[in-house]
Amino acid sequence: MTMNIAALALLDGLAYASLLFLVAVGLTLIFGVLGILNVAHGSLYAIGAYATATLGQWLVAQGFNPWLTFPGMIVAAVAVGVLLGGLIERLLLQRIYSKDPVLQLLVTFAVFMILENLQRMIWGVQPYFMSTPLTVLGNVRLLGINYTAYQVLFLPAAALVVLFTLRYFLRHTNMGAQILAVTEDREAATAIGINASRVYFMTFVIGACFAALGGALATPTTSLVTGMGANMIVLSFAVAATAGLGQIEGAAISALIIGIARSFAVYLSPEIEVIMPYLIMVLVLLVRPNGLFGKETVRKI
Amino acid sequence: MNKFSGAASAAALIAALAPAGAFAQDKPAELNIGITTYSSGAASVFGVPARHAAEMLAERINAKGGIDGVPIKLHFIDEGAGLETLLTEYRRLVEDEGMDVMFASISSGVCNKIAPLAEDLEVINFMWDCGTQRILEDDDYDYVFRTQANATPEVLAPLAYLLKHHPEFKTLAVVNQDYAWGRDSWEIFQAALKSQRPDVEVVAELFPAFGAADFSAEVSRLQALQPDVILSTSWGGDLDTFVRQAGQRGLFDQSLFVLPLAESSLQRLGDSLPEGAIVGARGDHYFQHPERRDDPEFKKFNEDFKARTGEYPIYSVYHMVQAFAALEAVYDKAIAANGGAWPEKEQIAEAMAGLEFQGLGRPLSIREDGQAVEAQLVGMTGTSEAFPFKIIKNIEIYDAEPLMAPVGEESLDWIGKFEPGRLDISGTPFEN
Repeated sequence: MTMNIAALALLDGLAYASLLFLVAVGLTLIFGVLGILNVAHGSLYAIGAYATATLGQWLVAQGFNPWLTFPGMIVAAVAVGVLLGGLIERLLLQRIYSKDPVLQLLVTFAVFMILENLQRMIWGVQPYFMSTPLTVLGNVRLLGINYTAYQVLFLPAAALVVLFTLRYFLRHTNMGAQILAVTEDREAATAIGINASRVYFMTFVIGACFAALGGALATPTTSLVTGMGANMIVLSFAVAATAGLGQIEGAAISALIIGIARSFAVYLSPEIEVIMPYLIMVLVLLVRPNGLFGKETVRKI
Repeated sequence: MNKFSGAASAAALIAALAPAGAFAQDKPAELNIGITTYSSGAASVFGVPARHAAEMLAERINAKGGIDGVPIKLHFIDEGAGLETLLTEYRRLVEDEGMDVMFASISSGVCNKIAPLAEDLEVINFMWDCGTQRILEDDDYDYVFRTQANATPEVLAPLAYLLKHHPEFKTLAVVNQDYAWGRDSWEIFQAALKSQRPDVEVVAELFPAFGAADFSAEVSRLQALQPDVILSTSWGGDLDTFVRQAGQRGLFDQSLFVLPLAESSLQRLGDSLPEGAIVGARGDHYFQHPERRDDPEFKKFNEDFKARTGEYPIYSVYHMVQAFAALEAVYDKAIAANGGAWPEKEQIAEAMAGLEFQGLGRPLSIREDGQAVEAQLVGMTGTSEAFPFKIIKNIEIYDAEPLMAPVGEESLDWIGKFEPGRLDISGTPFEN
């Protein structure tokens, strides 16, 4: 029985952690390279989700094959990430990289507020949903419990793909090398001919795409409601801070810790489920003020 | 000398302007109503439809000449803007803009803060949607009234329905939102259940975060526990998500769902809800109300609302209708009592006790503690060819009195005294 509970909690935690990681990784990447804590990340998550729902509902209503909603999620996420992320970086962030971090935080917070209202204007306040991808994948039965294949198989797989693609991109491609160089020392990188502005732009857009992808992949499992962005930015900040801001593999591990701890709480002590992510964050930061994997002074991604 | 004559003429002027009789107040140019409702945040699923309803009702009242010839003007405050802002805005509307009556609020947490403030500002306040029974039970108010039922009958009616229609259940689990309503409604349900069915085992008490996006772990745990009944007083996106995730994973096949607020989610959930789930409506609110659905006034309102918003009305809309019905009724009553002259606010407050009014359900009345007595509609989900979503079948409409703590008693103390069999009551049953 106890073993069973542990296994169930692990499976639920894994699914939840995968989504958390997808959102947190974009946040942490942007912080690692640009040094900006992007509060608007939460809006990009929400808008990615709404765009996915709209596109998915349209595809289904037009009578297209329901499997097309899978590429639909990626298309919507990339469109939102590139368009909105690109605009935010070009029009706003580019002007304030040298400014006080508090000002940067306030600007992204302002963008967050604007986008929250924009999202309300476009999609209204009634909950949205689009669960086609989840329905077509069906259920799997594990340990006598029905799980959706989408949550226990597809989401963890998607998170792993993102993690390894990102690792490969940063370590084995030219653009990745440029990003690492700018992160290490912007001036030196500029001196050897790297276009730092372009690197910042690319990084921000990639991070924004991850936020939107997190929203897109969350869409089939949940109802889209106003305020979902705010919830997610707080959670993904907890993940990123627990890992140490800027730590990509660390974000994966801390998302796992938080996701699994949360689902164990549902079984063992439902009362503390709600505060679990923050409890872990506080405990970790008390012992390691820079996060589990954070290093002092040197900023690395 | 100059000074003296100045003061004298000012006194004469004031004397000339003073009204002849103390109570013959002049009719104002307009009746200002301040309404708090959620325009943002999760609870805007209730707030936005209710706001549409308020605008429709004001237009309708003004089209027939207003209340005793005085047109209504509405002023909205967003409850989602945060408590601090809300209270400031509330005070500003009352003190600077001269609101005559306030309708506040949707959230019980907000009502807790608004009630003492309204009393302090001496402004008539209708608690038009919030559920907590505590406010009017714990304190006496002269200016605060509730124009619908409170949590106690809203929770006891679905329990009575469950006890009657599925008495065989032995285990129960609860999944409520982790905030005041989720906790309070469970406290009432649990206390009453214990008194009626001490043999029923509560196998899990789950309180996921308010606004949680994922209930996978809860659904897994419920599948492992296999309770006979799963109760959830959640609403809005939380309820939608929980129902969908439960449905996708087959939880409906093993447990009976009791969802006292699900009337407000039926249209969104489409066929995600199974047949036979017990649903309530926080009052006798339903766009297919079996006693009202052939009534032309009822049909016209629902059609107009559908034309305006694209949806059928939900309970928050009918709560708003009731607040307006109470407003019209109380002005009529106070004006009549005042010999046809426009009443002072004290006279309005006095006229509230014993007021009878009717929205788009059964007639209501206001008790001496300011609490309205409202019937409760409970039924089971069923399929209809007329609508692309589940409808409520096997409806029973319960009289409110047997389900409400009497004036002066606190609900939990009152429930604590329940004899076995106390909730073996039936409502008026309807076939359909």
